[in-house]
Amino acid sequence: MRALRWHGKHDIRCDNHIPDPSIEDPRDAIVKVSSCAICGSDLHLYDGFMPGMQHGDIMGHEFMGEVMEVGSANKKLKVGDRVVVPFTIVCGECDQCRRGNFSVCERTNRNKDIADKVFGHTTAGLYGYTHLTGGYAGGQAEFVRVPYADVGPVVIPEGLTDEQVLFLGDILPTGWQAAAQCDIQPTDTVAVWGAGPVGQFAVRSAVMMGAEQVICIDNVPERLSMARAGGAVTIDFDDESVLERLAELTQGRGPEKCIDSVGMEAHAARSLDSLYDRAKQALMLETDRPHVLREMIYVCRPAGIISIPGVYGGLIDKIPFGAAMNKGLTFRMGQTHVNRWTDDLLRRIQEGQIDPSFVITHSVGLEQGPEMYKTFRDKHDGCIKVVLKP
Amino acid sequence: MSIPRQVTRPDHSARSLARGLGWFSVGLGVAQLLAPRQVAGFIGMPGSEGAVRACGLREIATGVGLLLADDPKPWVYGRIGGDALDLAGLGWSIEHGHEPANAAIAAGAVAGITLLDLGCAKGLDAERVPSTEWDYGDRSGFPEAAQNMRGRAEPEFAAARAEPNGYPQQLH
Repeated sequence: MRALRWHGKHDIRCDNHIPDPSIEDPRDAIVKVSSCAICGSDLHLYDGFMPGMQHGDIMGHEFMGEVMEVGSANKKLKVGDRVVVPFTIVCGECDQCRRGNFSVCERTNRNKDIADKVFGHTTAGLYGYTHLTGGYAGGQAEFVRVPYADVGPVVIPEGLTDEQVLFLGDILPTGWQAAAQCDIQPTDTVAVWGAGPVGQFAVRSAVMMGAEQVICIDNVPERLSMARAGGAVTIDFDDESVLERLAELTQGRGPEKCIDSVGMEAHAARSLDSLYDRAKQALMLETDRPHVLREMIYVCRPAGIISIPGVYGGLIDKIPFGAAMNKGLTFRMGQTHVNRWTDDLLRRIQEGQIDPSFVITHSVGLEQGPEMYKTFRDKHDGCIKVVLKP
Repeated sequence: MSIPRQVTRPDHSARSLARGLGWFSVGLGVAQLLAPRQVAGFIGMPGSEGAVRACGLREIATGVGLLLADDPKPWVYGRIGGDALDLAGLGWSIEHGHEPANAAIAAGAVAGITLLDLGCAKGLDAERVPSTEWDYGDRSGFPEAAQNMRGRAEPEFAAARAEPNGYPQQLH
C-alpha cells in the first residue's frame, strides 16, 4: 500500500510498497481509508518538536473509510461499514474509559512504560503520533489496522459525505470540548487564540453554547475572515494590541473564558517573550513556546476559565502562576475524549446544525501529502485544512 | 464561493528584524560617539577618532531611520552601504593597522551583521510580490446567520459532559 511516512524533521514522503496491515487481535478491524486529513498537531512531528518518532513511521490520526476485515471478537463492526476513527485508541473497559476519560485510557498505549516515566502515568494510544503513545501506524495511508475496533470507531449512517463527518475523529470534538470545558454562561465573552481548524470549531462551539461575545485572535487574514463568518469578532495581532483590544471589547474586565488553540508553537517573532522562548528552545532548556498561555493568564477575568485544547509536549517556562493563583483561574485541558462527544455531534451534523466541511480549503491525492504539509505549515495559498484522498 | 484576490503583505519577520537592526545601530553609534578613542585603539587605528565619530553618527542616523520610517527598506540599504565602508576600513586595518587580530575579529562581526542586513533587505524586497488572499467570509458552517445559531446547543449538557471524571450514563 501507499502511505505518508516520517523520515525525519521536515521529511515526509509518500512511500509505495508498504506491507498492508493485517488483523493482529480478535477485536481489530482493517479500514480502507477513503479520506484523511493533516492535523495541526501533525505539524509538531513535521517540525521535529515531539520526541519519539522513528524513521518510517506512518503519519496521520484523522481518517475514515470502509471496514474491509473484522476480527473474530469484534461484534460492533461488519465488513462494508463506513466508519470515522477517533484519534484516541480506547479499550472501553478500564477505569478511565468507564469514567469517559477516553484520552487517558490505561490500556491502549503499547509503550505504557515509557509514557509512565515521561508523564507520570500513561495516556491513551494514538494513531501515528510517536512511540510515546504506542507507535501505532497512522491513517495517512491506504489501509489502517484499527485496534480495539469494537469500541472507538463511529459508524456513519448513509447520506453524509466524508467531508461532513471526517472531523468527528478529532478537530470537531476538540473545538467542542474546548468550549464545553469553559462552562459558558450567556453573559460570557470567550476569547479564542488561534484561528486554525480547532480554533474555528471552538468559535462555532462557543457561539452554539450561547456565549454573548466570541473573540478570535490570529494574524492570517483568511483565517480571521473564516472566524468572522462563524460569528467571532477578530483581532489581528499584527495590526493591534491584543491586550488593549480585549480590554476595549470587554469594558476592561477581560474575557471570562479563554481558549488556547495554538499550543506549543506560538509564533516566535511577535513578542519579547516569544524570542526568549525561541532562545531557550535553541539551548534545549525549554521544549514549548507558551506565549499564548502567558497572555491568557494575564488577560483572563478573575475567576475565569482557561481551556487548553492546543498541544503541549514537555516543559514550559516563565508562567505567571502567581497571577493565575491570585486571580482564581481554573485550568482545563487535555487531549480530546473524542467518544464523549461523537454521538451528540453526529446528531447535530445530521440535523444540519453545523456542516464541518466549511473548514476544508485543500483536497488532494495522498501523493501530494508531503508538499501539503509545507503549504499547511506555512499557511500558504489560503490553506486552513487539507484533506487527502488515498 | 471563496474569492481570491491579489494583495501585497508586509513581511513581519523582516520588519521585526529591521527594528532590531535599528536598535543595534543606535547602540553601536552611541558607543562610537562616546568612546571613539577606545574603538579606534581596539581596531588598531589610533588617531582616526574623527572617522569613528562619523561612523557613529551614520549608525545613529540609519538606526533612527529604521525605527521611525514606515518603509524601512531604504534605511536597510543604507546600513548595507555602511557595512561595505566598515569592511573596507577594517580590511585596511588588518593589512596596515597596529591590531590586525582585533581588526579581523571586528571584520567578522561586521560580516555577520551584513548577512542579517542582506536577509532583511531580501525579506522587505519580497513584500512587493503580490500573494493570493482568500476571503472565507462565506464559510460559516452554519445553516443560517451566525447570530441566529447563538445558544443553539444546550450549554449545561455540554458542560456537564466536560466535567473531569464526569461521564454520567444518562448523558451518554
